[in-house]
Amino acid sequence: MQRRLKLGVLFSRVRVEEKWIFGAMEKRGIDYDRLDDRAIHFDLDKPEQWKQYDAVLERSISYNSGLYALRLLNAFGVPTVNTASVAEICGDKLMTSAVLARDGVPQPHNMTAFTPEAALEAIEAFGYPVVLKPVVGSWGRLLAKVNDRDAAEAVLEHKATLGSAQHSVFYIQEFIEKPGRDIRVVVIGERVLTAMYRKSEHWITNTARGGEGELCPLTPEIEELSLRAAKSVGGGVLAIDLVEHPGRGLIVNEINHTMEFHTMQPLSGIDIAGEIVEYVVKVAKSGEK
Amino acid sequence: MATVTCPECEAQIELAAGTEVGEIIVCSDCGVDLEVTALDPAAIQLAPMEQEDWGE
Repeated sequence: MQRRLKLGVLFSRVRVEEKWIFGAMEKRGIDYDRLDDRAIHFDLDKPEQWKQYDAVLERSISYNSGLYALRLLNAFGVPTVNTASVAEICGDKLMTSAVLARDGVPQPHNMTAFTPEAALEAIEAFGYPVVLKPVVGSWGRLLAKVNDRDAAEAVLEHKATLGSAQHSVFYIQEFIEKPGRDIRVVVIGERVLTAMYRKSEHWITNTARGGEGELCPLTPEIEELSLRAAKSVGGGVLAIDLVEHPGRGLIVNEINHTMEFHTMQPLSGIDIAGEIVEYVVKVAKSGEK
Repeated sequence: MATVTCPECEAQIELAAGTEVGEIIVCSDCGVDLEVTALDPAAIQLAPMEQEDWGE
């Protein structure tokens, strides 16, 4: 007789997305455990309790907790959605840029430096305005649009003095005059599910920062670029953020590996949570022990 | 559904049907984020502050 699949869902908070995911698991009669990343611990001599899972879906709100849990689970041979490698790449903007550059996927012009002086030199050579972003961070936090040398000197000094060591990896990006919106595309496996515009009067269009969602019709260009970007970072369940560059057309801005979809699911009418669960089941079955 | 007391402003908050442990609710009186820590009996506490590595 075929053994029943056992899944795990790693989470920190039950957001509406997690409620939908739990609901989708239950609707399908899937045997799963809720794994609160604040309550669990890993004993590396006792991997058995983790090896019982045919796959684990990672939905941690904390990048570090999620990433290290994935590393351990993958080390124990437990398949995860997404993999630790994908989380490493997508959770770090510079890593994402590096793999996109490797694969020739169009993206904003990026520069990196490790001291304020070198960063200032890079910015001066490139010209203003530029955007400074933390390499790890989300929801549009701590992004700085730098319009002139005075601002550049101030922000770089603040980052070097007040930030953790990670803030001294200066990630500098061209400022893109986008048309008051960007495009979020949901990719699961080899499929592009849906896309939405995120509109805002502010240059930060993240919905976590008040941007509004509007359905974006899928075009062959959006699909092709999103699939290339997904493949480049290693694939899985991904939200690809595209921007419309005035000179270069569609380019990939960033890729999220534990996407929120509370705006997208009702807007598109697509059961994204259900699609995610189906994908996790597929991954679990492909690695069946 | 159960009623809980906001630890910040002592407002009485009624938990909606289908509320889950780990869910974040907002106090309708003072607006503070609260985490549901148990359902039987219902309990809440102040939700943890946003950390630098939080996101999607």
